[in-house]
Amino acid sequence: MKINQLSVFLENKPGQLSEPCRALAKAGINILTLSLADTQQFGIMRLIIRDWAKAKAVLEEAGSVVKITEVVAIEVEDHPGGLADILEAIEHGGFNIEYMYAFTFGREDKAVLVFRFDDPDPVIKMLQDNGISVINGVDLYEQGQ
Amino acid sequence: MAILWNDIGGKFNPACSSDYLPVDQLRTLQLQRLRAVARRAYDRVKMYRKRMDEKSVTPDDIRSLDDITKLPFTVKIDLRDTYPFGLFACGINEVVRLHASSGTTGKPIVVAYTAEDIDVWTSVMVRTFAACGCGQGDIIQNAYGYGLFTGGLGAHYGAEALGATVIPISGGNTDRQIMVMKDFGVTAISCTPSYFIHLIERAGELGVDIRNLPIKAGIFGAEPWTEAMRKYIESAGNIKAYDIYGLSEIIGPGVASECSDQSGLHIFEDHFYPEIIDPETGDPLPDGTEGELVLTTLSKKAMPMIRYRTRDITSIIQEPCPCGRTIRKIRRIGRRTDDMFVIRGVNVFPSQIEEALLAVEGTLPHYQIVLTREKGLDRIDVQVEVSADVFSDEIRLMEDLRAKLARSIERMLNIRVDVRLVEPHTIERSMGKAKRIIDKRVI
Repeated sequence: MKINQLSVFLENKPGQLSEPCRALAKAGINILTLSLADTQQFGIMRLIIRDWAKAKAVLEEAGSVVKITEVVAIEVEDHPGGLADILEAIEHGGFNIEYMYAFTFGREDKAVLVFRFDDPDPVIKMLQDNGISVINGVDLYEQGQ
Repeated sequence: MAILWNDIGGKFNPACSSDYLPVDQLRTLQLQRLRAVARRAYDRVKMYRKRMDEKSVTPDDIRSLDDITKLPFTVKIDLRDTYPFGLFACGINEVVRLHASSGTTGKPIVVAYTAEDIDVWTSVMVRTFAACGCGQGDIIQNAYGYGLFTGGLGAHYGAEALGATVIPISGGNTDRQIMVMKDFGVTAISCTPSYFIHLIERAGELGVDIRNLPIKAGIFGAEPWTEAMRKYIESAGNIKAYDIYGLSEIIGPGVASECSDQSGLHIFEDHFYPEIIDPETGDPLPDGTEGELVLTTLSKKAMPMIRYRTRDITSIIQEPCPCGRTIRKIRRIGRRTDDMFVIRGVNVFPSQIEEALLAVEGTLPHYQIVLTREKGLDRIDVQVEVSADVFSDEIRLMEDLRAKLARSIERMLNIRVDVRLVEPHTIERSMGKAKRIIDKRVI
Protein backbone atom coordinates (compact mmCIF):
# COMPACT_ATOMS: atom_id res chain seq x y z
CA MET A 1 0.00 0.00 0.00
CA LYS A 2 2.95 2.27 0.49
CA ILE A 3 5.01 3.76 -2.30
CA ASN A 4 8.75 4.33 -2.16
CA GLN A 5 9.54 7.95 -2.88
CA LEU A 6 13.03 9.24 -3.63
CA SER A 7 14.13 12.58 -2.21
CA VAL A 8 17.15 14.42 -3.54
CA PHE A 9 18.86 17.38 -1.89
CA LEU A 10 19.43 20.36 -4.19
CA GLU A 11 21.10 23.69 -3.68
CA ASN A 12 18.91 26.54 -4.74
CA LYS A 13 20.84 27.75 -7.77
CA PRO A 14 20.48 27.59 -11.54
CA GLY A 15 21.14 24.23 -13.16
CA GLN A 16 20.91 22.15 -10.01
CA LEU A 17 17.68 20.45 -11.08
CA SER A 18 18.78 19.31 -14.51
CA GLU A 19 21.78 17.28 -13.33
CA PRO A 20 19.98 14.47 -11.49
CA CYS A 21 17.27 14.42 -14.17
CA ARG A 22 19.87 13.98 -16.87
CA ALA A 23 21.50 11.16 -14.94
CA LEU A 24 18.16 9.35 -14.77
CA ALA A 25 17.48 9.96 -18.47
CA LYS A 26 20.86 8.52 -19.41
CA ALA A 27 20.06 5.38 -17.46
CA GLY A 28 16.73 5.11 -19.29
CA ILE A 29 14.71 5.68 -16.14
CA ASN A 30 11.31 7.30 -16.50
CA ILE A 31 10.03 9.67 -13.84
CA LEU A 32 6.38 9.07 -12.97
CA THR A 33 6.09 12.35 -11.16
CA LEU A 34 8.22 14.97 -9.51
CA SER A 35 7.58 17.57 -6.88
CA LEU A 36 9.80 20.30 -5.51
CA ALA A 37 9.92 21.95 -2.13
CA ASP A 38 12.33 24.76 -1.58
CA THR A 39 13.58 27.50 0.70
CA GLN A 40 15.69 30.47 -0.27
CA GLN A 41 18.80 28.38 0.25
CA PHE A 42 18.07 24.84 -0.74
CA GLY A 43 15.42 22.55 -2.13
CA ILE A 44 14.29 18.96 -1.95
CA MET A 45 13.19 17.16 -5.11
CA ARG A 46 10.79 14.29 -4.53
CA LEU A 47 10.42 11.64 -7.21
CA ILE A 48 8.13 8.71 -7.79
CA ILE A 49 9.88 6.18 -9.97
CA ARG A 50 8.96 2.61 -10.77
CA ASP A 51 12.44 1.24 -10.44
CA TRP A 52 13.29 3.29 -7.38
CA ALA A 53 16.18 1.11 -6.25
CA LYS A 54 17.97 1.48 -9.58
CA ALA A 55 17.19 5.21 -9.63
CA LYS A 56 18.71 5.59 -6.18
CA ALA A 57 21.90 3.88 -7.32
CA VAL A 58 22.06 6.04 -10.45
CA LEU A 59 21.53 9.27 -8.54
CA GLU A 60 24.06 8.37 -5.89
CA GLU A 61 26.52 7.46 -8.58
CA ALA A 62 25.96 10.95 -10.00
CA GLY A 63 26.88 12.42 -6.61
CA SER A 64 23.45 13.22 -5.21
CA VAL A 65 22.35 12.52 -1.67
CA VAL A 66 19.19 10.41 -1.86
CA LYS A 67 16.71 9.24 0.70
CA ILE A 68 13.92 6.70 0.30
CA THR A 69 10.74 7.36 2.23
CA GLU A 70 7.37 5.60 2.22
CA VAL A 71 4.47 7.72 1.06
CA VAL A 72 0.78 7.04 0.64
CA ALA A 73 -0.88 7.53 -2.78
CA ILE A 74 -4.64 8.08 -2.98
CA GLU A 75 -6.75 8.25 -6.07
CA VAL A 76 -9.46 10.90 -6.24
CA GLU A 77 -12.04 11.96 -8.74
CA ASP A 78 -10.72 15.03 -10.50
CA HIS A 79 -13.56 17.34 -9.49
CA PRO A 80 -14.19 20.07 -6.87
CA GLY A 81 -14.28 18.68 -3.34
CA GLY A 82 -12.33 15.51 -4.12
CA LEU A 83 -9.38 16.60 -2.04
CA ALA A 84 -11.42 18.23 0.73
CA ASP A 85 -13.18 14.95 1.61
CA ILE A 86 -9.92 13.12 2.06
CA LEU A 87 -8.29 15.89 4.09
CA GLU A 88 -11.34 15.91 6.31
CA ALA A 89 -11.01 12.19 6.99
CA ILE A 90 -7.31 12.58 7.83
CA GLU A 91 -8.06 15.52 10.09
CA HIS A 92 -10.80 13.59 11.88
CA GLY A 93 -8.39 10.73 12.46
CA GLY A 94 -6.02 13.19 14.15
CA PHE A 95 -3.17 12.54 11.70
CA ASN A 96 -0.58 15.12 10.81
CA ILE A 97 0.44 15.54 7.15
CA GLU A 98 4.14 16.29 6.83
CA TYR A 99 3.62 17.35 3.21
CA MET A 100 1.63 16.39 0.14
CA TYR A 101 1.44 16.92 -3.59
CA ALA A 102 -0.84 15.90 -6.42
CA PHE A 103 -0.55 14.85 -10.04
CA THR A 104 -2.71 13.49 -12.84
CA PHE A 105 -1.91 11.05 -15.60
CA GLY A 106 -3.79 13.15 -18.10
CA ARG A 107 -5.75 10.36 -19.74
CA GLU A 108 -8.17 9.63 -16.96
CA ASP A 109 -10.60 11.68 -15.01
CA LYS A 110 -8.68 11.02 -11.85
CA ALA A 111 -5.89 12.61 -9.85
CA VAL A 112 -3.37 11.00 -7.54
CA LEU A 113 -2.56 12.56 -4.18
CA VAL A 114 0.73 11.72 -2.52
CA PHE A 115 0.90 12.11 1.26
CA ARG A 116 3.84 11.90 3.59
CA PHE A 117 2.95 10.87 7.14
CA ASP A 118 5.24 10.29 10.06
CA ASP A 119 3.74 6.79 10.47
CA PRO A 120 1.73 5.78 7.38
CA ASP A 121 0.24 2.41 8.51
CA PRO A 122 -2.55 3.62 10.86
CA VAL A 123 -3.50 6.27 8.29
CA ILE A 124 -3.81 3.67 5.54
CA LYS A 125 -6.03 1.57 7.76
CA MET A 126 -8.23 4.54 8.59
CA LEU A 127 -8.51 5.53 4.92
CA GLN A 128 -9.50 2.03 3.90
CA ASP A 129 -12.04 1.86 6.73
CA ASN A 130 -13.55 5.03 5.28
CA GLY A 131 -13.69 3.51 1.81
CA ILE A 132 -10.98 5.73 0.37
CA SER A 133 -8.91 3.96 -2.24
CA VAL A 134 -5.25 3.78 -1.43
CA ILE A 135 -3.25 2.80 -4.52
CA ASN A 136 -0.56 0.21 -4.31
CA GLY A 137 2.68 0.62 -6.15
CA VAL A 138 1.95 -1.77 -9.00
CA ASP A 139 -1.32 -0.06 -9.90
CA LEU A 140 0.30 3.34 -9.77
CA TYR A 141 3.14 2.31 -12.02
CA GLU A 142 0.76 0.49 -14.44
CA GLN A 143 -1.36 3.60 -14.80
CA GLY A 144 1.70 5.66 -15.37
CA GLN A 145 2.86 3.61 -18.37
CA MET B 1 72.20 63.58 20.15
CA ALA B 2 69.55 64.08 17.55
CA ILE B 3 66.09 63.37 18.79
CA LEU B 4 63.85 64.34 15.97
CA TRP B 5 60.30 63.93 17.23
CA ASN B 6 59.61 67.63 16.84
CA ASP B 7 60.64 67.48 13.21
CA ILE B 8 57.64 65.47 12.18
CA GLY B 9 55.10 66.96 14.52
CA GLY B 10 55.09 64.22 17.16
CA LYS B 11 54.83 65.38 20.77
CA PHE B 12 57.28 64.05 23.32
CA ASN B 13 55.77 62.45 26.37
CA PRO B 14 58.24 61.65 29.20
CA ALA B 15 56.45 58.30 29.66
CA CYS B 16 57.93 57.38 26.28
CA SER B 17 61.60 57.89 27.27
CA SER B 18 62.35 54.21 26.86
CA ASP B 19 61.42 54.54 23.17
CA TYR B 20 64.49 56.72 22.70
CA LEU B 21 67.15 54.84 24.69
CA PRO B 22 70.57 54.82 23.09
CA VAL B 23 70.85 51.48 21.30
CA ASP B 24 73.78 50.13 23.34
CA GLN B 25 71.94 50.93 26.57
CA LEU B 26 68.83 49.26 25.22
CA ARG B 27 70.77 46.09 24.34
CA THR B 28 72.39 45.98 27.77
CA LEU B 29 69.00 46.32 29.41
CA GLN B 30 67.54 43.62 27.16
CA LEU B 31 70.33 41.16 27.98
CA GLN B 32 70.01 41.79 31.69
CA ARG B 33 66.25 41.22 31.52
CA LEU B 34 66.55 38.22 29.23
CA ARG B 35 68.86 36.49 31.68
CA ALA B 36 66.50 37.27 34.53
CA VAL B 37 63.39 36.02 32.72
CA ALA B 38 65.15 32.83 31.56
CA ARG B 39 66.17 32.23 35.16
CA ARG B 40 62.67 32.91 36.46
CA ALA B 41 61.11 30.59 33.87
CA TYR B 42 63.65 27.84 34.56
CA ASP B 43 63.29 28.05 38.33
CA ARG B 44 59.54 28.42 38.53
CA VAL B 45 57.84 26.80 35.54
CA LYS B 46 58.03 23.04 35.15
CA MET B 47 57.55 23.07 31.37
CA TYR B 48 60.35 25.56 30.75
CA ARG B 49 62.74 23.67 33.01
CA LYS B 50 61.98 20.40 31.23
CA ARG B 51 62.42 21.98 27.80
CA MET B 52 65.70 23.65 28.74
CA ASP B 53 66.99 20.46 30.34
CA GLU B 54 66.14 18.58 27.14
CA LYS B 55 68.24 21.07 25.17
CA SER B 56 70.96 20.93 27.84
CA VAL B 57 70.78 24.66 28.28
CA THR B 58 70.61 26.64 31.51
CA PRO B 59 69.84 30.33 32.06
CA ASP B 60 73.56 30.84 32.71
CA ASP B 61 74.29 29.95 29.08
CA ILE B 62 72.70 33.24 28.02
CA ARG B 63 75.71 35.50 27.77
CA SER B 64 74.67 37.61 24.81
CA LEU B 65 71.36 38.44 23.14
CA ASP B 66 72.25 36.07 20.30
CA ASP B 67 72.30 33.24 22.83
CA ILE B 68 68.51 33.52 22.94
CA THR B 69 68.46 31.01 20.07
CA LYS B 70 69.69 28.37 22.53
CA LEU B 71 66.35 28.59 24.35
CA PRO B 72 63.42 26.39 23.32
CA PHE B 73 60.37 27.79 21.52
CA THR B 74 56.95 28.08 23.11
CA VAL B 75 53.81 27.57 21.00
CA LYS B 76 50.14 28.20 21.49
CA ILE B 77 49.42 24.53 22.18
CA ASP B 78 51.69 24.74 25.21
CA LEU B 79 49.24 27.19 26.74
CA ARG B 80 46.39 24.82 26.02
CA ASP B 81 48.24 21.80 27.41
CA THR B 82 48.99 23.61 30.65
CA TYR B 83 45.46 25.04 30.98
CA PRO B 84 44.60 26.87 33.09
CA PHE B 85 47.50 27.84 35.41
CA GLY B 86 50.37 25.54 34.39
CA LEU B 87 52.66 28.25 33.01
CA PHE B 88 52.42 30.60 35.96
CA ALA B 89 55.75 31.62 37.46
CA CYS B 90 54.18 32.83 40.67
CA GLY B 91 51.51 31.81 43.12
CA ILE B 92 47.91 32.78 42.49
CA ASN B 93 48.19 35.12 45.50
CA GLU B 94 50.47 37.35 43.42
CA VAL B 95 48.17 37.31 40.38
CA VAL B 96 45.89 40.35 40.27
CA ARG B 97 44.25 39.74 36.90
CA LEU B 98 43.34 36.89 34.56
CA HIS B 99 42.36 37.25 30.93
CA ALA B 100 41.48 34.56 28.42
CA SER B 101 41.43 34.29 24.66
CA SER B 102 39.99 31.74 22.29
CA GLY B 103 42.07 28.61 22.04
CA THR B 104 42.27 25.81 19.52
CA THR B 105 39.86 23.40 21.13
CA GLY B 106 37.13 25.35 22.79
CA LYS B 107 39.13 25.70 25.98
CA PRO B 108 40.40 29.25 26.21
CA ILE B 109 43.98 30.24 26.75
CA VAL B 110 44.48 31.86 30.14
CA VAL B 111 46.94 34.67 30.77
CA ALA B 112 47.87 36.14 34.12
CA TYR B 113 49.27 39.40 35.42
CA THR B 114 50.91 40.45 38.67
CA ALA B 115 50.46 44.05 39.82
CA GLU B 116 53.86 44.77 38.27
CA ASP B 117 52.76 43.19 34.98
CA ILE B 118 49.72 45.45 34.91
CA ASP B 119 52.02 48.44 35.41
CA VAL B 120 54.19 47.32 32.49
CA TRP B 121 51.11 46.74 30.35
CA THR B 122 49.77 50.16 31.27
CA SER B 123 53.11 51.79 30.45
CA VAL B 124 53.36 50.19 27.01
CA MET B 125 49.78 51.25 26.26
CA VAL B 126 50.65 54.80 27.36
CA ARG B 127 53.55 54.67 24.92
CA THR B 128 51.17 53.31 22.27
CA PHE B 129 48.66 56.14 22.65
CA ALA B 130 51.44 58.72 22.84
CA ALA B 131 53.03 57.33 19.67
CA CYS B 132 49.62 57.73 18.02
CA GLY B 133 49.62 61.42 18.93
CA CYS B 134 47.33 61.23 21.96
CA GLY B 135 47.87 62.84 25.35
CA GLN B 136 46.27 64.73 28.18
CA GLY B 137 43.24 66.66 26.98
CA ASP B 138 42.23 63.97 24.50
CA ILE B 139 38.84 62.31 24.82
CA ILE B 140 39.34 58.66 23.90
CA GLN B 141 36.42 56.45 23.01
CA ASN B 142 37.55 52.92 23.80
CA ALA B 143 35.44 50.64 21.64
CA TYR B 144 37.51 47.50 22.12
CA GLY B 145 35.50 44.85 23.93
CA TYR B 146 35.79 44.88 27.72
CA GLY B 147 35.94 41.55 29.47
CA LEU B 148 38.12 38.48 29.12
CA PHE B 149 39.47 39.88 25.84
CA THR B 150 42.63 41.88 26.60
CA GLY B 151 41.80 44.70 24.16
CA GLY B 152 39.29 46.65 26.22
CA LEU B 153 40.98 46.81 29.61
CA GLY B 154 44.49 47.04 28.13
CA ALA B 155 43.60 50.15 26.14
CA HIS B 156 41.55 51.53 29.02
CA TYR B 157 44.34 51.47 31.59
CA GLY B 158 46.82 52.92 29.12
CA ALA B 159 44.59 55.78 28.02
CA GLU B 160 43.73 56.65 31.61
CA ALA B 161 47.38 56.62 32.74
CA LEU B 162 48.16 58.81 29.74
CA GLY B 163 45.96 61.42 31.35
CA ALA B 164 43.32 61.34 28.64
CA THR B 165 39.58 61.23 29.29
CA VAL B 166 38.46 57.68 28.66
CA ILE B 167 34.99 56.65 27.53
CA PRO B 168 34.76 52.91 28.31
CA ILE B 169 32.01 52.28 25.79
CA SER B 170 33.23 48.79 24.78
CA GLY B 171 32.18 47.22 21.45
CA GLY B 172 28.79 47.19 19.75
CA ASN B 173 25.72 49.45 19.78
CA THR B 174 26.90 51.41 16.78
CA ASP B 175 24.26 54.16 16.92
CA ARG B 176 25.17 54.97 20.52
CA GLN B 177 28.87 55.01 19.58
CA ILE B 178 28.12 57.64 16.96
CA MET B 179 26.02 59.70 19.33
CA VAL B 180 28.76 59.64 21.99
CA MET B 181 31.47 60.45 19.46
CA LYS B 182 29.50 63.50 18.35
CA ASP B 183 28.08 64.73 21.66
CA PHE B 184 31.20 64.20 23.81
CA GLY B 185 33.58 65.71 21.27
CA VAL B 186 35.66 62.54 21.04
CA THR B 187 39.16 63.20 19.68
CA ALA B 188 40.43 59.60 19.34
CA ILE B 189 38.96 56.14 19.12
CA SER B 190 40.41 52.71 19.78
CA CYS B 191 38.71 49.77 18.05
CA THR B 192 39.23 47.32 15.20
CA PRO B 193 39.70 49.03 11.82
CA SER B 194 36.79 47.13 10.30
CA TYR B 195 34.52 48.35 13.07
CA PHE B 196 35.55 51.92 12.41
CA ILE B 197 34.64 51.50 8.74
CA HIS B 198 31.29 50.25 9.90
CA LEU B 199 30.97 53.35 12.12
CA ILE B 200 31.75 55.65 9.18
CA GLU B 201 29.11 53.98 7.07
CA ARG B 202 26.46 53.88 9.75
CA ALA B 203 27.15 57.52 10.64
CA GLY B 204 26.55 58.40 7.00
CA GLU B 205 23.16 56.69 7.13
CA LEU B 206 22.32 58.70 10.25
CA GLY B 207 23.33 61.92 8.53
CA VAL B 208 26.52 62.36 10.58
CA ASP B 209 29.70 63.12 8.65
CA ILE B 210 32.61 61.94 10.80
CA ARG B 211 34.93 64.19 8.80
CA ASN B 212 33.35 67.21 10.46
CA LEU B 213 33.71 65.89 14.03
CA PRO B 214 36.69 66.71 16.31
CA ILE B 215 37.99 63.10 16.12
CA LYS B 216 41.55 63.11 14.75
CA ALA B 217 43.04 59.67 15.46
CA GLY B 218 42.15 56.00 15.40
CA ILE B 219 44.19 53.43 17.29
CA PHE B 220 43.40 50.33 15.32
CA GLY B 221 44.40 46.74 15.99
CA ALA B 222 43.27 43.20 16.84
CA GLU B 223 42.91 42.19 13.19
CA PRO B 224 44.90 42.38 9.96
CA TRP B 225 44.28 45.34 7.69
CA THR B 226 45.96 47.04 4.77
CA GLU B 227 47.21 50.34 3.43
CA ALA B 228 44.13 50.53 1.21
CA MET B 229 41.92 50.36 4.30
CA ARG B 230 44.04 53.00 5.98
CA LYS B 231 43.65 55.32 2.98
CA TYR B 232 39.91 54.83 3.00
CA ILE B 233 39.57 55.41 6.76
CA GLU B 234 41.80 58.48 6.69
CA SER B 235 39.89 60.15 3.88
CA ALA B 236 36.36 59.04 4.81
CA GLY B 237 36.93 59.82 8.50
CA ASN B 238 39.39 62.72 8.22
CA ILE B 239 41.57 61.11 10.92
CA LYS B 240 45.01 59.57 11.19
CA ALA B 241 44.67 55.79 11.33
CA TYR B 242 47.40 54.05 13.34
CA ASP B 243 48.15 50.34 13.37
CA ILE B 244 48.90 48.75 16.72
CA TYR B 245 49.86 45.16 17.48
CA GLY B 246 49.61 42.85 20.41
CA LEU B 247 48.56 39.40 21.53
CA SER B 248 47.22 38.08 24.79
CA GLU B 249 49.94 35.47 25.19
CA ILE B 250 52.55 38.24 25.31
CA ILE B 251 50.57 40.91 27.17
CA GLY B 252 47.58 42.02 25.07
CA PRO B 253 47.63 45.23 23.03
CA GLY B 254 50.79 47.25 23.54
CA VAL B 255 53.43 44.99 21.99
CA ALA B 256 54.06 47.34 19.07
CA SER B 257 52.63 50.56 17.70
CA GLU B 258 53.02 52.89 14.79
CA CYS B 259 54.25 56.43 15.34
CA SER B 260 53.47 59.63 13.45
CA ASP B 261 55.60 58.35 10.55
CA GLN B 262 53.19 55.40 10.03
CA SER B 263 55.92 53.34 8.39
CA GLY B 264 55.98 50.22 10.55
CA LEU B 265 55.25 49.38 14.16
CA HIS B 266 57.79 50.12 16.88
CA ILE B 267 58.17 47.10 19.13
CA PHE B 268 58.47 48.03 22.79
CA GLU B 269 61.54 45.88 22.79
CA ASP B 270 62.70 46.85 26.25
CA HIS B 271 59.85 44.52 27.34
CA PHE B 272 59.28 42.26 24.33
CA TYR B 273 62.32 40.92 22.54
CA PRO B 274 61.64 40.24 18.85
CA GLU B 275 63.20 37.63 16.60
CA ILE B 276 62.35 36.62 13.08
CA ILE B 277 62.69 32.93 12.24
CA ASP B 278 62.16 30.69 9.27
CA PRO B 279 58.80 29.10 10.15
CA GLU B 280 59.83 25.80 8.51
CA THR B 281 63.25 25.29 10.08
CA GLY B 282 63.06 27.54 13.14
CA ASP B 283 66.38 29.12 12.18
CA PRO B 284 66.88 32.81 12.99
CA LEU B 285 66.69 35.23 10.08
CA PRO B 286 68.50 38.57 9.85
CA ASP B 287 66.70 41.92 10.20
CA GLY B 288 65.02 42.88 6.96
CA THR B 289 64.12 39.29 6.03
CA GLU B 290 60.53 38.19 6.19
CA GLY B 291 59.66 35.33 8.52
CA GLU B 292 57.71 34.38 11.61
CA LEU B 293 57.77 36.79 14.52
CA VAL B 294 58.96 35.24 17.79
CA LEU B 295 58.62 37.22 21.01
CA THR B 296 60.13 36.82 24.46
CA THR B 297 58.66 38.75 27.36
CA LEU B 298 61.61 40.38 29.12
CA SER B 299 59.88 41.64 32.21
CA LYS B 300 56.70 39.64 32.71
CA LYS B 301 56.41 38.08 36.12
CA ALA B 302 53.20 36.05 36.28
CA MET B 303 53.54 34.30 32.96
CA PRO B 304 56.85 34.72 31.17
CA MET B 305 56.82 33.69 27.52
CA ILE B 306 60.08 32.33 26.22
CA ARG B 307 60.50 32.56 22.43
CA TYR B 308 56.77 32.48 21.78
CA ARG B 309 55.96 31.71 18.15
CA THR B 310 53.30 34.24 17.13
CA ARG B 311 52.69 32.70 13.70
CA ASP B 312 52.53 36.24 12.37
CA ILE B 313 54.64 36.90 9.31
CA THR B 314 56.63 40.14 9.22
CA SER B 315 60.16 41.48 9.08
CA ILE B 316 62.20 43.75 11.33
CA ILE B 317 62.99 47.19 9.92
CA GLN B 318 66.49 48.20 10.95
CA GLU B 319 66.62 51.66 9.41
CA PRO B 320 66.23 54.48 11.93
CA CYS B 321 62.78 56.02 12.08
CA PRO B 322 62.35 59.77 11.40
CA CYS B 323 60.42 59.97 14.71
CA GLY B 324 63.66 59.46 16.60
CA ARG B 325 62.64 56.30 18.42
CA THR B 326 65.50 53.84 18.73
CA ILE B 327 63.33 50.79 19.32
CA ARG B 328 63.06 48.79 16.11
CA LYS B 329 60.01 48.50 13.92
CA ILE B 330 58.25 45.54 12.36
CA ARG B 331 56.36 45.71 9.12
CA ARG B 332 52.59 45.64 9.22
CA ILE B 333 51.40 42.07 9.70
CA GLY B 334 49.48 40.82 6.70
CA ARG B 335 49.37 37.08 7.06
CA ARG B 336 49.91 34.18 9.39
CA THR B 337 51.64 30.84 9.20
CA ASP B 338 48.60 28.76 10.04
CA ASP B 339 44.93 28.44 9.40
CA MET B 340 43.84 30.68 12.23
CA PHE B 341 41.92 33.72 11.13
CA VAL B 342 40.91 36.83 12.95
CA ILE B 343 37.34 37.94 12.58
CA ARG B 344 36.00 41.04 14.34
CA GLY B 345 38.99 40.92 16.64
CA VAL B 346 38.37 37.32 17.68
CA ASN B 347 40.81 34.50 16.91
CA VAL B 348 39.06 31.65 15.17
CA PHE B 349 40.47 28.25 14.32
CA PRO B 350 38.83 25.92 11.80
CA SER B 351 39.17 23.23 14.46
CA GLN B 352 36.69 25.12 16.63
CA ILE B 353 34.17 25.12 13.82
CA GLU B 354 34.86 21.43 13.24
CA GLU B 355 34.15 20.71 16.87
CA ALA B 356 30.86 22.60 16.69
CA LEU B 357 29.77 20.73 13.54
CA LEU B 358 30.79 17.42 15.05
CA ALA B 359 28.71 18.11 18.14
CA VAL B 360 25.56 18.39 16.02
CA GLU B 361 26.08 15.74 13.36
CA GLY B 362 28.09 13.11 15.19
CA THR B 363 30.49 12.81 12.28
CA LEU B 364 32.47 15.59 10.66
CA PRO B 365 30.84 16.79 7.45
CA HIS B 366 32.80 18.38 4.63
CA TYR B 367 32.68 22.08 5.22
CA GLN B 368 34.18 25.33 4.09
CA ILE B 369 34.48 28.71 5.76
CA VAL B 370 33.93 31.73 3.55
CA LEU B 371 34.93 35.10 4.95
CA THR B 372 33.55 38.26 3.42
CA ARG B 373 33.32 41.85 4.49
CA GLU B 374 30.06 43.75 4.13
CA LYS B 375 29.79 47.43 5.02
CA GLY B 376 33.05 47.10 6.90
CA LEU B 377 31.86 44.19 9.00
CA ASP B 378 33.33 40.74 8.73
CA ARG B 379 30.95 37.94 7.97
CA ILE B 380 31.40 34.17 8.24
CA ASP B 381 29.53 31.80 6.00
CA VAL B 382 30.00 28.16 6.80
CA GLN B 383 29.07 25.85 3.94
CA VAL B 384 28.26 22.33 5.05
CA GLU B 385 27.81 19.42 2.69
CA VAL B 386 24.65 17.43 3.27
CA SER B 387 25.38 13.75 3.85
CA ALA B 388 22.98 10.81 3.60
CA ASP B 389 23.11 10.51 7.41
CA VAL B 390 21.56 13.88 8.03
CA PHE B 391 19.45 14.34 4.91
CA SER B 392 15.70 14.37 5.39
CA ASP B 393 12.92 14.69 2.83
CA GLU B 394 11.27 17.24 5.10
CA ILE B 395 12.16 20.90 4.66
CA ARG B 396 11.40 21.61 8.30
CA LEU B 397 13.97 19.10 9.55
CA MET B 398 16.59 20.43 7.17
CA GLU B 399 15.94 23.97 8.38
CA ASP B 400 16.24 22.70 11.95
CA LEU B 401 19.58 21.12 11.11
CA ARG B 402 20.83 24.35 9.60
CA ALA B 403 19.75 26.35 12.65
CA LYS B 404 21.33 23.82 15.04
CA LEU B 405 24.65 23.95 13.19
CA ALA B 406 24.63 27.74 13.26
CA ARG B 407 23.79 27.84 16.97
CA SER B 408 26.49 25.33 17.80
CA ILE B 409 29.14 27.39 15.98
CA GLU B 410 27.88 30.63 17.49
CA ARG B 411 28.11 29.19 20.97
CA MET B 412 31.69 28.14 20.28
CA LEU B 413 32.85 31.43 18.76
CA ASN B 414 30.49 34.03 20.19
CA ILE B 415 30.15 35.38 16.67
CA ARG B 416 27.11 35.26 14.42
CA VAL B 417 27.56 32.91 11.47
CA ASP B 418 25.50 31.92 8.48
CA VAL B 419 25.32 28.24 7.71
CA ARG B 420 24.56 27.18 4.18
CA LEU B 421 23.73 23.58 3.33
CA VAL B 422 25.32 22.50 0.07
CA GLU B 423 25.20 19.40 -2.11
CA PRO B 424 27.75 16.64 -1.63
CA HIS B 425 31.07 17.04 -3.44
CA THR B 426 30.53 20.73 -4.14
CA ILE B 427 33.35 21.81 -1.85
CA GLU B 428 36.55 21.70 -3.77
CA ARG B 429 39.09 19.12 -2.64
CA SER B 430 42.73 19.49 -3.35
CA MET B 431 44.93 16.46 -2.76
CA GLY B 432 41.92 14.78 -1.18
CA LYS B 433 41.77 17.48 1.46
CA ALA B 434 39.23 20.25 1.35
CA LYS B 435 40.38 23.83 1.41
CA ARG B 436 38.84 24.98 4.65
CA ILE B 437 38.98 28.74 4.40
CA ILE B 438 38.19 31.07 1.54
CA ASP B 439 39.02 34.60 2.62
CA LYS B 440 37.27 36.99 0.26
CA ARG B 441 37.65 39.99 2.54
CA VAL B 442 39.06 42.94 0.68
CA ILE B 443 41.33 44.46 3.28
